[in-house]
This record gives sequence, C-alpha cells and structure tokens, in this order.
Amino acid sequence: MIPPALRDRGSYLLFLLPGGLLLLAVVLVPFGMNVGISLTEWSGAGEPEWIGLDNYARLLSDGTFWASFRHNVGLVVAMAVLPTLAGLLIAAVLFDYIGRHFGMRAAAVLRACVYLPQVLPVAVAGIVWGWVLAPRDGALNELLRAVGFDALAGDWLGDPDLALWSVMGVLLWIQVGYPVVIFMAGMGRVDPSLHEAAELDGASWWGRFRNVTVPQLRPEVFVVLLTCTIAALKVFAPIYVLTRGGPGGATTVPSYYSFQNFFERTRVGYGAAVATVLTVLVLVLTAVFLRVQDRGARR
Amino acid sequence: MRRHAVLWSVVVLAVAMLVPFAIVALNAVKTPADYAANGPLAVPDPVSLDALIAFWQRVDFGRKLLNSVVISGSVAVLAVVVSVCNAYALGIGRVRGRLWILVVFLVANTLPQEALVYPLYFLTNQVGLYDTKTAVIVIFTAVQAAFGTYLLTSTLGEFPRELLEAARIDGAGKWQTLVRVVVPVSRPTLSVLFVFFFIWTWNEFFLPMVLLISNDNQTVPVALGVLQGQRMMDATTTGASALLGVLPAVVFFLVFQRALARGVTAGAVR
Repeated sequence: MIPPALRDRGSYLLFLLPGGLLLLAVVLVPFGMNVGISLTEWSGAGEPEWIGLDNYARLLSDGTFWASFRHNVGLVVAMAVLPTLAGLLIAAVLFDYIGRHFGMRAAAVLRACVYLPQVLPVAVAGIVWGWVLAPRDGALNELLRAVGFDALAGDWLGDPDLALWSVMGVLLWIQVGYPVVIFMAGMGRVDPSLHEAAELDGASWWGRFRNVTVPQLRPEVFVVLLTCTIAALKVFAPIYVLTRGGPGGATTVPSYYSFQNFFERTRVGYGAAVATVLTVLVLVLTAVFLRVQDRGARR
Repeated sequence: MRRHAVLWSVVVLAVAMLVPFAIVALNAVKTPADYAANGPLAVPDPVSLDALIAFWQRVDFGRKLLNSVVISGSVAVLAVVVSVCNAYALGIGRVRGRLWILVVFLVANTLPQEALVYPLYFLTNQVGLYDTKTAVIVIFTAVQAAFGTYLLTSTLGEFPRELLEAARIDGAGKWQTLVRVVVPVSRPTLSVLFVFFFIWTWNEFFLPMVLLISNDNQTVPVALGVLQGQRMMDATTTGASALLGVLPAVVFFLVFQRALARGVTAGAVR
C-alpha cells in the first residue's frame, strides 16, 4: 500500500505537466539540438555532416571569436562594474541624503529618471543613440560644436577606435538604473540604528557610506554584479542596431557572431559552436549565482 | 549650501539621463527643411506632426502595436498560469526532486537565446509555425514561465498551511484549492509577474526578429530595429520612429511604476 503522503505528492505532478512539456519543447530539446548541430558542418539545407569537435578546434584559432570575447570584457565593465559602482553612490545619495533632507518623494522622482532607460526596448534605445551619435548632424557632435569643442566631434560609431567605447557608453546609460533601484531597496533593509551609532561616533557621510552601507549591501552587490555580467555576455540588440558588429568587427560580440554564422554566412554548425561556448560561460555564472542565493537563503 | 550642491548634482544627473528622450521628442516634430537648416538642437519651428504621421503610415505602426499587445498580453497571461501550476506542484505539493527541477527552470531562463535560435527556427518551419505570432507566444510563455516558476515557488513555499488545511477539511480537491485559495491569496505577486512578463516580452528583440519576418506579424521593436539596421531613413523620420518606440514604454512605466520597483527587487534578492 502506498502511504497517503506519497500518493498525495504524486498527483501534484499533473500540475507540472504542461509547464514541463513546454520547457522540454522550447528550451531543452532545442538546446540539445544546438549542441548536436555544433558537431556538424551544415549550411542549414541538406544533410548535416558529422565532424566531431572540429568546429571547436577551429574556434581556438579564430581571431574574430577571441576578439568578440575581448569586446565582451568591455561590455561587462560597462554593464556590470561601472553601473554597480555608480549605482552604489547614486543610491546612497538618493536614499540617505536626498531622502533625508528633501523627502522620499524627491528621491523617488530622481530614481525614476535614472531608471527610465531600463524600461525601453533595447532596440529602441539603440535607435535613439544611433541617431544622437550620428557622425555629421548627430546631436552629440552638434552639441560639442555649439560649445566650441569642435575637435572632440567624432564619428562615434564609425571609427574603429571609438565604436566600442561609444557602445559601452550607451550600455552604461541603459543599465545604471537597475542597480540604483536594487540598492535603494536594500538600503531600506539596513537597520537605521547602525547609521545612528556611526553618526554618534562622529563618522562623516562618506565614512558611513564606506563602513556601514556598502558592507551591509554585500548580497545585493554580488547579485547585481552577477546578473549584469550574464546580461552583458548575452548582449545582442544594441550591437545589431548601433553598429552591426562593425566597423571592421570592432564591436562584434559572441551573440552577434553566432547570429552572423547562422543567418548571413550559413555556417550553422560553426555558429552553434559559438553559441554553445557562450552558454557554458553563462551556465558557470548561473551556478555561482545559485550558490550565493542558496547561502543567502540559509543565513 | 552643501545640501543644495548635492541635490543639484543629482538633478543634473537625472536631467542628463533624460536628455536623449528630449532630443528625440524635439526632432520628431520638425520638418525636414527645419532640421536641415537648424540642426538637431534647435527648437522646432514650425511644430509639425508630418514625420510622425508619415512614419506611422509607412510601417503600419498601428498593426505593429496591435501585434505587440497581442503577443505580450497572451504571453503574460499564459506564463502566469503556467508559473502558478508549476509553483503549486513545487512549492506546495513539494514533489520529489523539486530542488533539481527548480534548477532546470532557472537554467532554462538564463540560457542565451542564441543557443536556441537555430533549432527553434528549424522546428517552427517543420511544424508550419514559422513567421506566426503563435510560435512566438508559445516560446516566450515557456521562457517567462521558467523565471516565474523560480520566483513563485519560493513565495508559495511559505504559503500559510492553515489555509490549505482548512480548504482540505472543507472537501476541496487540489484543483479547487489552487483556484479558490492559492490564486486569490497570491494575487498581488501574480499581478507583479503579469506586468513583468508583459514588459519583458514587449521589449524582446532577438527571437522575434528571427521568427517574425513578415510585416504583418512584426512587433514594435522588431519593426523599428530592422528598419534602423537598414539605415534608409532621414533624420526626422528616425526621430519619429524612436519617439513612437519610446512612448509605449514610458506609458507602461508611468502606469506600472510601483509594480516595477517591487518586481525588480523581487527577482534579484529575496
């Protein structure tokens, strides 16, 4: 006889059925197929030809592939490192300076301004900036000329030396609101008596920021860094809309490189190999993320 | 004195964040002649809605809006339903191996879409769903529900046991308990999830771009992004297109602000 508790659990499985099947059909099976395709040479039509790990071996000596990951490092700086640093400072100023002296409402309005780019479709943000940064009559160059810095006007997205920096700037603009919102919520969690004690000990605002706020926010900082790093590895839309990986591959990233191999160069097996390597990287970061959350939950 | 210096520097930052929006709006209502003569920084003279109207008609923007609403709305509803069912089994039913099942859902949500795109492109072609809204709805329901499951399972794990027990004593089955007790009590969380799924799906670009090639099916970001990629538009038209892309997002932002602030934090730190 099955004990009632066990029988009870079994029937809950029915509720998992639709979601499970959906996940299988849309994510798990396609991902398995992608790994399979990465072991073949295939143009997308006809029969794929099995070549084992050849695609991966070829990746090792592919300059574009390595460059795409180098560019990704820049994007991690722009989407994870800088927004975290700026976010800490902005959130602290808004929360316990503006909020305290000018009211929480003022802080909320300012927070909303910083957060707004986050709700835009990334493709639309790309259009806005592609146009602001246009070489001849773009708003940024016009602005620089209007204030007399003619020499600084440049072809922001068309100059191979500048393009990656410009893309980084745009991504920073998009991303910075996210840590601000998370950190401000985190600051609400910090016990105010810690601040009061530090203040009584004569700590300055900066001293309290460094020695009370930042250490207390460590879990939030970790989560923001990880989720933003994962997001930076997956960036596609801004690259597609702003530069299409150009000029001369100066802003190619792995996601865009795999897309090119799939749909422009019809080297599907090779594109699948790039995508698989990217996935492995993302999964490693996700594993770290899970461990940290797990530790946080047990604390 | 110093207080105001801090206030003003934050205000300057906030304004700087908004400047691109202002420039877009400014130039979307200019005539091409005005733009050519006075550049992007001048105040529009005269104010003209021609570029907006021309762009709206040229891309059949009403249609794109409708497509986006249909796709995002369906995904949001379906993904909330699927998430609740999954989380009911995992968080309240405590089925065996739930921790690993949960990990699979989370991993599914973080996988880069590049690693799914070609098989999905191939499979939708095989089953005759390529270039249909149905395919995109099914795909994003799975992707969003994966995140929803992850989030809701922890919420439902703390669901008051007395309520479940009371429902059971009243003779409610599992299905009735879910519909009559769990869903009504979790309404606030579910509505935040709904808002999130809607906006996230609205903003998606990569998979919809690959899977929706015909003009009649494209969403707002896809239509705008593809046009921009082709670089065939003059400056005022681009401004108009950007404004039309920005406006729905700003409307959502104003309408859902509270849910958004609650939702971002819920996703990252429990």
